[in-house]
Amino acid sequence: MKPRYSIVSLARNAFSHHQDWQAAWRSPDPQPAYDVVIVGGGGHGLATAYYLAKNHGVARIAVIEKGWLGGGNTGRNTTVVRSNYLWDESAHLYEHSLKLWETLTRELNYNVMFSPRGVLNLAHSPHEMMEMRRRVNAIRLNGIDSEILDVAQVKAFCPILNVDPGARYPIVGASLQRRGGIARHDAVAWGFARAADARGVDIIQNCEVTGFDISDGRIAGLQSTRGAIAARKVGIVVAGHSSVVAAMAGLRLPIVSKPLQALVSEPLKPILHTTVISGTVHVYVSQSDKGELVLGAAMDGYQSYAQRGSPPVVEDFLAALVELFPIFTRLKMLRQWAGIVDVCPDASPIIDKTPIDGLYFNGGWGTGGFKATPGSGWVFADTIANDRLHKLAGPFALSRFDSGSLINEHGAAGIAH
Amino acid sequence: MLLIPCPWCGKRDESEFACGGESHIARPADPEQLNDAEWADYLYMRGNPKGILYERWVHARGCRRWFNMARHTVTHEILAVYRMTDPKPEIESR
Repeated sequence: MKPRYSIVSLARNAFSHHQDWQAAWRSPDPQPAYDVVIVGGGGHGLATAYYLAKNHGVARIAVIEKGWLGGGNTGRNTTVVRSNYLWDESAHLYEHSLKLWETLTRELNYNVMFSPRGVLNLAHSPHEMMEMRRRVNAIRLNGIDSEILDVAQVKAFCPILNVDPGARYPIVGASLQRRGGIARHDAVAWGFARAADARGVDIIQNCEVTGFDISDGRIAGLQSTRGAIAARKVGIVVAGHSSVVAAMAGLRLPIVSKPLQALVSEPLKPILHTTVISGTVHVYVSQSDKGELVLGAAMDGYQSYAQRGSPPVVEDFLAALVELFPIFTRLKMLRQWAGIVDVCPDASPIIDKTPIDGLYFNGGWGTGGFKATPGSGWVFADTIANDRLHKLAGPFALSRFDSGSLINEHGAAGIAH
Repeated sequence: MLLIPCPWCGKRDESEFACGGESHIARPADPEQLNDAEWADYLYMRGNPKGILYERWVHARGCRRWFNMARHTVTHEILAVYRMTDPKPEIESR
């Protein structure tokens, strides 16, 4: 068992000039066989492994990752956490996740810096306001906190917003989820990795899956750049490469992959204490604990696996940003990047068994996977361990595209698709 | 940023265009004969290759005409531009 992080361990390590901290997780060579192999060492994959070990007592688990932990979408998102989704199915899933976020730091003994500072969704027209009221009512009926603010309340809550009625993007009101907020994305990957490793999960980085061994319609294991690994069960959780990896198992998915860009500004003194989202003019912004503004944009307009994105999108959303926040006009940007998001036609994820026994899929979270990290891991672990869909995952099965029971969350995504 | 060669207007900036997704998807001739899975396949299943993708584009802020384009989804290299009625060109993957 690893020593716990605490004020005592911090003090003890201070005396040794912080030279003796243990590695947060081991880097073992792959064993020849496991009970469960999770393909993909992002937040969702690591959370799945952690809950498989903790909730279901699965003994031999490996997570294989082609790059490094948190080097994919977990480290590329804008870290917003919230559960203000319209439909019951999504609301229950994301709320389950938000409840896990609230105690995650203690659960993992790792500070994920979850900061419930509120998420403010702006409305720019009377029609949008009407739609927002309907949404807030639906959310509240599911027992989730959400409230409507009028313009004066918006101005009081976030004074640097431009609420001038003559503005290019006039603000007519907003919805606010006070329990929403942001978290530190790297820490989420590292925290789940450390906690999973402490429970015996082998985390194998720089190990890319190259094929699946399937015999008689049952998974037998997989081929990787570090050799063959036998497995009784395999879970695919590879945001940004879902179609590519699923195709190795002969599966087709209703997913397209597109870049979603983000920027970080130069650091500022505290100026924005909440998270502001405008789904209409496509910008969302929060201020990190380091003082940088973390900004996100609309999705790029065409499919791509290049993690860089297209400049016109940045131009559009920076124009929207300075209209909403005139105070940011002279702000300089430090970094820009893109993550590849796997988007389903209804902007909801797919969590399912596959036609191959022992092979499970979790993906298609689109532009909003980060907030779901602990909840996604929880329900996917349960699905894998019991070989049936967790009740929260049931509505997100692939068969919804055949039956027509889509869960349309384009509005809740807050991002143009 | 893409510089897209519109078959009618020549090379123009990406921001003048809109992408219409995967091309060469024919509407089933007799939808009533399809089962749910086949109809879902037509409606929702799309090619998502890490490689060459054949897609529809429209010169939305130009001549407003549609055309097909073969484009690499990693390098973004435009490998062929052809009219909607032209057959899908064979392009060696690289």
